[in-house]
Amino acid sequence: MRAFTYTQATDASAALHAALQNPEAKYIGGGTNLVDLMREEVERPNEVIDINALPFSQIEVLPDGGVRLGALARNSHTANHPLVRQRYPVLAQAMLSAASPQLRNLATNAGNLLQRTRCYYFYDTTAPCNKRQPGSGCAAIHGVNRIHAILGTSEQCIATHPSDMAVALAALEAVVQVQGANGTRRIAMEEFHRLPGDHPEQDTTLGRDELITSIDLPALPSTANSLYFKVRERPSFAFALVSVAAVLELEGEQIKNVRLALGGVAHKPWRARTAEEALLGKPATAENFRQAAEAELQTAIAYEHNAFKIELAKRTIVRALLTLAERQLLA
Amino acid sequence: MRTKEVGRPLDRVDGRLKVTGQARYTAEFPVEQVAYGVLVRSTIARGRILAYGTKAAEQTPGVLAVLTHENAPKRHPTKEFDPSDKEPSASPTTILVLNTDEVSWHGQPLVVVIAETLDQAEEAASLVRITYAPAEELAKLSMLDQKTEAFVPKKVLNEKPEVTQGNAEEALAAAPVKIDHTYTTPPYNHNPIEAHNTLAYWEGDDQLTVYDSTQYIFGVRKMLSEMFALKEENVRVVSAFVGGAFGSKGRAWPHVGLTAMAAKVVGRPVKIDLPRKDMFYMVGGRTPSEQRVALGADAEGKLQAVVHTGLTASSTSNTFAEHFSFVTRHLYASPNFLIQQKLVRLDMVPNTFMRAPGEGIGTFALESAMDELAYALNMDPIELRLRNEPEKDPTMHVPFSSRHLKECFALGAEKFGWHQRNPQPRGRREGPWLIGQGTASAFYPANKRSAEVKVKLSIDGTALLQSATHEMGTGTATVQAQNAADQLGLSVEKVRFEYGDSLLPKANGSYGSTTTITVGGAVELACEDLKRQLLRLAVKHPSSVLHEANYDDLEARDNGLFYKDNPTRGETYAVILAREGKENLEAQASFPPFLKEKLEEMAYSFQSFGAQFCEVRVHEETGEVLVSRWVGVYDCGTILNDKTARSQFLGSVTMGIGMALWEETHWDLRDGRIPNASLSEYHVPVAAGLPRIEVYSLGIPDPHTPLGAHGAGEIAVTGAAAAIANAVYHATGKRIRDLPITPDKLL
Amino acid sequence: MSFSIDQILRGDIPRVERPPAADPSLVPVRLRVNGQDHDLQLEPRVSLLDALREFIGLTGTKKGCNQGACGACTVLVEGERVNSCLTFAIMHQGKDITTIEGLGTPDALHPLQAAFIEHDGYQCGYCTPGQICSAVAMLKEVEHGDASHVTSDLMATDVQLTDEEIRERMSGNVCRCGAYLGIVDSIRAVYEQQKGQ
Repeated sequence: MRAFTYTQATDASAALHAALQNPEAKYIGGGTNLVDLMREEVERPNEVIDINALPFSQIEVLPDGGVRLGALARNSHTANHPLVRQRYPVLAQAMLSAASPQLRNLATNAGNLLQRTRCYYFYDTTAPCNKRQPGSGCAAIHGVNRIHAILGTSEQCIATHPSDMAVALAALEAVVQVQGANGTRRIAMEEFHRLPGDHPEQDTTLGRDELITSIDLPALPSTANSLYFKVRERPSFAFALVSVAAVLELEGEQIKNVRLALGGVAHKPWRARTAEEALLGKPATAENFRQAAEAELQTAIAYEHNAFKIELAKRTIVRALLTLAERQLLA
Repeated sequence: MRTKEVGRPLDRVDGRLKVTGQARYTAEFPVEQVAYGVLVRSTIARGRILAYGTKAAEQTPGVLAVLTHENAPKRHPTKEFDPSDKEPSASPTTILVLNTDEVSWHGQPLVVVIAETLDQAEEAASLVRITYAPAEELAKLSMLDQKTEAFVPKKVLNEKPEVTQGNAEEALAAAPVKIDHTYTTPPYNHNPIEAHNTLAYWEGDDQLTVYDSTQYIFGVRKMLSEMFALKEENVRVVSAFVGGAFGSKGRAWPHVGLTAMAAKVVGRPVKIDLPRKDMFYMVGGRTPSEQRVALGADAEGKLQAVVHTGLTASSTSNTFAEHFSFVTRHLYASPNFLIQQKLVRLDMVPNTFMRAPGEGIGTFALESAMDELAYALNMDPIELRLRNEPEKDPTMHVPFSSRHLKECFALGAEKFGWHQRNPQPRGRREGPWLIGQGTASAFYPANKRSAEVKVKLSIDGTALLQSATHEMGTGTATVQAQNAADQLGLSVEKVRFEYGDSLLPKANGSYGSTTTITVGGAVELACEDLKRQLLRLAVKHPSSVLHEANYDDLEARDNGLFYKDNPTRGETYAVILAREGKENLEAQASFPPFLKEKLEEMAYSFQSFGAQFCEVRVHEETGEVLVSRWVGVYDCGTILNDKTARSQFLGSVTMGIGMALWEETHWDLRDGRIPNASLSEYHVPVAAGLPRIEVYSLGIPDPHTPLGAHGAGEIAVTGAAAAIANAVYHATGKRIRDLPITPDKLL
Repeated sequence: MSFSIDQILRGDIPRVERPPAADPSLVPVRLRVNGQDHDLQLEPRVSLLDALREFIGLTGTKKGCNQGACGACTVLVEGERVNSCLTFAIMHQGKDITTIEGLGTPDALHPLQAAFIEHDGYQCGYCTPGQICSAVAMLKEVEHGDASHVTSDLMATDVQLTDEEIRERMSGNVCRCGAYLGIVDSIRAVYEQQKGQ
């Protein structure tokens, strides 16, 4: 790990100022991803700005009935907050399925969104990787790519975003609140993470001169049901092969409202808009779920070792929706 | 012998230190002025170094030395571990890294950076820029691609690589019922949670002390004495608390010699604690395998032909052909056998023993095949196994010293409720979960090695036991104290066992489930010698009640020697020693006593057996597999300590489940890179998803081994993966012959 | 600096703090570990784990993977379990840090330490300090009503601590010896004991 100077920011503007002064500086919150990346020499800041003293740890109800999750609130506290457990089970489930209790105690909400891919080759500085070193090539496309993306890939990069939380946030249509040198702005979850395209080095649309202050969740209709369904290679403490965050609202047997996001399949939490559109107004049946899943995965591209993810994603969508539909029809 | 302590589920004698963080593992000794070493790995699999590019590293603050083959002191070649040597070196390879500019595998250590602090050493190591001249011939990285170059090695361990009896292929062709399939297993890594690490320092030019996390102290000593041209007695190797080993610590990987070399160069103690990534690149794992098993049976299920052939890999610098075929040589009767092992050499880190080497992967193939044959015969798989129980070892043609496989299946079937099972595949489901049950035999040899033990009895009624054996969590420290307590008729609290230091009497490596018998036998012999000495002292004195006693009339108990037929008549050790004016008395013995051992080894086939039963739940839609029940019954002779042996069985089953479902070391066949070289991407079992594993031991003593015992550390790995694959077939109707059984294979 | 095997096996090895180096890049860091202040001179990049093991000399906290994937380095910061390998020591000044050495001693064991011995919740012992620290915090989380991934009813605040719950909640601590059953039984025993009181 490169040596660095350590500074503590006491307010957001000081933090923003410090980062603008030094392009090689990095903010640290929980550090669970950054410290690892620094040890692997993937990140090499010469200054680390500790932002834990900033006042962004609150979890509170918003005037519009939504809930605000502070950027620096810990994953464990967020997942276990009564507002989250009661109103957004999909989010609580996603967060509790991620990593380990020890990691969730350190990791922050903003840090969760900003974590880097777990692509093997990104993590290995002796391998080419366009995300780590633009222009160096992609070792994964013809390498061991079992865990890689099937949707929205580019010739530059087939990495996935590793977060579970972000998948739930995508389905919940969360909004990322950002403070910059010139004021604040709101970024819809769907716009926050990027597809790799020709610039896989850019994971998000967050500017260097910006800090996340909170993640805001709009209220869910009281008749909506939600869940997170994660398939992984080990029953706990493993990243998703494929995951689905689903929100479903029925009217009788008809689908009144549905939101779906997939994890483990793309460079960003994959909002399954095609499937959603196919389902709106239709009866909640296994056949319709399957057809919607087929439609969503139509553009999927398989690489040497990850073709199974296409079928797995379809089945996972169907299983998640069936579970929610059965629950609502029973209730 | 009266057994008061042996068999008791005594708490581990080292438990209090372990649970309070007071047990010191290798990297934790507060040695003054210690410097830190970090290794730089090769990023090509085969070629030569053109330039090292160490300038930036040398200029990093805190750096004491940057060593490459250009400036490192040359070391002497060491012999590769050879199981036929009486006292083999622990060296895993013939290559001496940093003696050469040649690169033999991706991950080979090429540079040692030594600095004041770990962070400084790591930073400097990250700045080294090596340039290579890759070899003209492409590196050989894929076992299957090199099939055409496979050869039959001279030996497989100490056995023949081929066994032919009758004509198995002909008998197979003629058999009314047969199966013939190929089974594959991936590379695995041991991943003890304490990484391999070494701390070394020199006193003068010829005295070397090494703390090393090893399961083979004297092999490390031998290797280092050869490497640095030292007298063996001038090298001290300490390995008292070992944080898991599972076979990988049976060899001294390159960092061991490099640590000692670095300490010499900087004139200070140096420690190298391998980062987890280096654990995959610089420490060998289990070879991949491709095995063919073909079984032919008559209509009654009697085997007529057994074919078990296949392929494993070793490196260009070692010759370990993992003995997957050994199980087939001893498990079932058949008039015709064709057994053959082939080997390919790859440009990879030398492979090595991993918990239940040979049998771990061999039983997956053989016991999956037995299940397939049972279905082909429409016969219960236990019944099939029982019908093929051999009277004698089917390829050695000598009796078994002890064999109770039938009893294992009987008890296991009862505990598991096997006979309620409907054999039809896909017969049970709960929602999306398909439920299946499977069984398999477990098999592991009951081998012995050599050890010396010294025992010293003091007038205060305490005994000190000494042997340079190892405690990696196996329970040796506890069970041998129990053993000595019984041999001497003391309570176990009065026995102190010192192990883990080459200053103690010599012991062989602790692997292959040999330590319990080997050290146990030496303890028995040393205690017998001591008791005979005590008796000789007593019989000299007419006043002693033992004056006319014969050794065989007596037994040790209550801190002394007493007549077997008159429990009140005898003398305490204190009385015997006091009469002689002695404070203490010692004895030392070696196991095995050479001649006796040789005769016994030839007269019997020494093997352990077991029966594995499991239930799995397979998610029909996602292909996820969970093991929901486990019953294992093992035939390992006398159990010395129910608590520690049980943990060995539980841990082995757990590793077997990992091997079956989650673990796999990926190799990037383009350049030899290991993409998932981390504990986040190499999935060892965690607590979640494991069932409440039930294990039982028959506890029937082997009449031909010390204490009637067998080792118990590996048997329960064997058959585990097959039992799971068999249960997955029962659940889903889908036969998976390629480990691990990941969701994609069941979609 | 030579240690006899007798000393080693008795656990009679002193804790030695690393003497401060004369290096201008060092900064003062005060850590409060097990109720005792330690004034150190560290580079900011020193992890909390290395500060404990290599500088303070508290080697009970273990290094297994150094990347948060095994849990051997688990310590309690303000009573919460964290991976000490993934955080810098300098970020934890003024906080109460508890390590395995602060929970109990060989002569005065913490109930969980005693239970691990009784139920053989370990073999080699290397992951054990992390397991025990993790379990201490886990039982507090349960008392607090925290949910886990396997909790079926997220609305319930009273945790039914089944084996499945214990296993999921302890899955951040890898035991390669596979002593999980003993670990689960140790934790259950202490939980029942605490509930009875």
